[in-house]
Amino acid sequence: QPVAGEVLDHLEQLALVDFRDAEGVERLRRAIQFADQLHEVNTDGVEPMDSVLEDRCLYLREDDVTEGNCAKELLKNAREKVEEYFVAPPGNIPLPKLEERETFLQGS
Amino acid sequence: AARGCGGVWRWAWQRGARGPSPSPRGQRAAASSARGGAVLVGKSGLAPWVPVVGLEIHAQISSNSKLFSGSQVQFAAPPNSLVSFFDASLPGTLPVLNRRCVEAAVMTGLALNCSINKKSLFDRKHYFYADLPAGYQITQQRVPIAVNGSLSYSLCIDNKMSQMVTKTVRIKQIQLEQDSGKSLHDDTRSQTLVDLNRAGVGLMEVVMEPDMCCGEEAAAAVRELQLILQTLGSSQAVMAEGQLRVDANVSVHRPGKPYGVRTEVKNINSIRFLAKAVDYEIQRQIEELENGGTILNETRAFDSKLGCTVPMRDKEGKQDYRFMPEPNLPPLILYDAKSLPANMNHQQVVNIDWIHERLPDLPSVKRAKLVEQYGILPEHSFALLNEDGLTEFFENVVKQTQMKPKKVIGWILNVLLSYLKQHSLTVKESPISSLMMADLLNLLEKKEISSTAAKQVLAELWKGEEKTPLEIVKEKKLELIQDQKELEQICQAVIDGQENE
Repeated sequence: QPVAGEVLDHLEQLALVDFRDAEGVERLRRAIQFADQLHEVNTDGVEPMDSVLEDRCLYLREDDVTEGNCAKELLKNAREKVEEYFVAPPGNIPLPKLEERETFLQGS
Repeated sequence: AARGCGGVWRWAWQRGARGPSPSPRGQRAAASSARGGAVLVGKSGLAPWVPVVGLEIHAQISSNSKLFSGSQVQFAAPPNSLVSFFDASLPGTLPVLNRRCVEAAVMTGLALNCSINKKSLFDRKHYFYADLPAGYQITQQRVPIAVNGSLSYSLCIDNKMSQMVTKTVRIKQIQLEQDSGKSLHDDTRSQTLVDLNRAGVGLMEVVMEPDMCCGEEAAAAVRELQLILQTLGSSQAVMAEGQLRVDANVSVHRPGKPYGVRTEVKNINSIRFLAKAVDYEIQRQIEELENGGTILNETRAFDSKLGCTVPMRDKEGKQDYRFMPEPNLPPLILYDAKSLPANMNHQQVVNIDWIHERLPDLPSVKRAKLVEQYGILPEHSFALLNEDGLTEFFENVVKQTQMKPKKVIGWILNVLLSYLKQHSLTVKESPISSLMMADLLNLLEKKEISSTAAKQVLAELWKGEEKTPLEIVKEKKLELIQDQKELEQICQAVIDGQENE
């Protein structure tokens, strides 16, 4: 079952992924199909599991200051910086609407 | 829990509502509806409106280090100096939960009469913003740490302190979550500067049900919450430093009809502005609807200079946060006396009962004790707790004077407090100490001076020149004359003076 065009567009906007071409979309469809096999199991009345680690103990840390003070190191990877600040664009630049984007999804 | 505003209403818009009101044609009359909810009668005097106000409050947890990392929590520090690799979201880092933050949330939940969930879960809330380096925030969306509580607060009717009414707002839940970093917008260079010092600081989000109906109620509820948090020590809750942030959800509807579309109002920086913002938004929505318009489900920002709300940019459309369980954190398990496992390391255990036993007296309890112990009125106790350090000052004066507390309170609230307010001073900064105050009141009580003279002495003491009240009285010859003969002589002199004219 193919994934609807609006859903693909929505995903591209939300997750900033780029399905790029028909092969990319087909890969997504097959991944969904693979995961759908889970539906074959009857899970009525069964509590969903988030993680196989759910019975592990969540470790609690003491409230001590043990890290930080490494601005120089952190900023080493920044393409642009201004006086120890990271630099980012003025705001979120929303992905252009479907009609204005160069995406192969336009055709679908 | 009583929903909406009960009983006697008053002119919400008349008190201090400045700035451009959406309608220049003046105030709305108000009346209470048959059901007891607050309603506002429109300009045309026709069908009324019921305003609905809910609040989402973020309180920064008072702790040494962050929620999931060991970097320091501090207000002003060089940019990006309080940031660990985890806070900067560098690959390969993992969250490690801070026990102090869990305790703070449990304390707050207990103080707000919540059920504490012995098992709560962490989730990821995804959205893109420069000050959220991971692209998601770790929060508790599915099963938060505390649910179903309540907060009681008081309001004055008709602006008189003498008539107070108690209201309750339901607390939907309290959840632990991460704070984001700070963005500084540089419009001239078309860029944003990002400081991650705040990124990862622990927050308690307190969600209040829409049980309030106006700015005053919202403000009173938040003020009481602020006092509770400060008493517990779980948050210092100073709004000016961003330790307490409030978003208001506002809508209006016709009585008996479904709730209207709500807007979210952000960027409210003080309790006073909260009341203004909420009241403005209610008025704006009523006007819009009465003019045949519709309300958009949008986010608006409060402009404190103009006193109005404006649509917020960068909040286009409805967000899809794609919540998913946080895979790196197992469930948070809390214990009580009954469920406490025998062989567990103390450091790894958060015991709800242990915390409950050690809760300090909440503001409402403190007020009741003050009223009982000193015979003052409830509204006096409110005023005492409302000002940092004032209760202590009052109690110190009472300890050192023979004057009855019921009389002392008048001098504290009507004289000292108004001096402090006039000069924008805190109790700690008062040039008059509790000892000086007590000395002065003793002179008054022993009838050595009149109350007019006492006020003169206070004015002198205020200058902070290290003179005692007695010294000032002697200096200015303010002693009451007790000698009968001397008084007769003075009166006779006055009469003689009159006869000569």
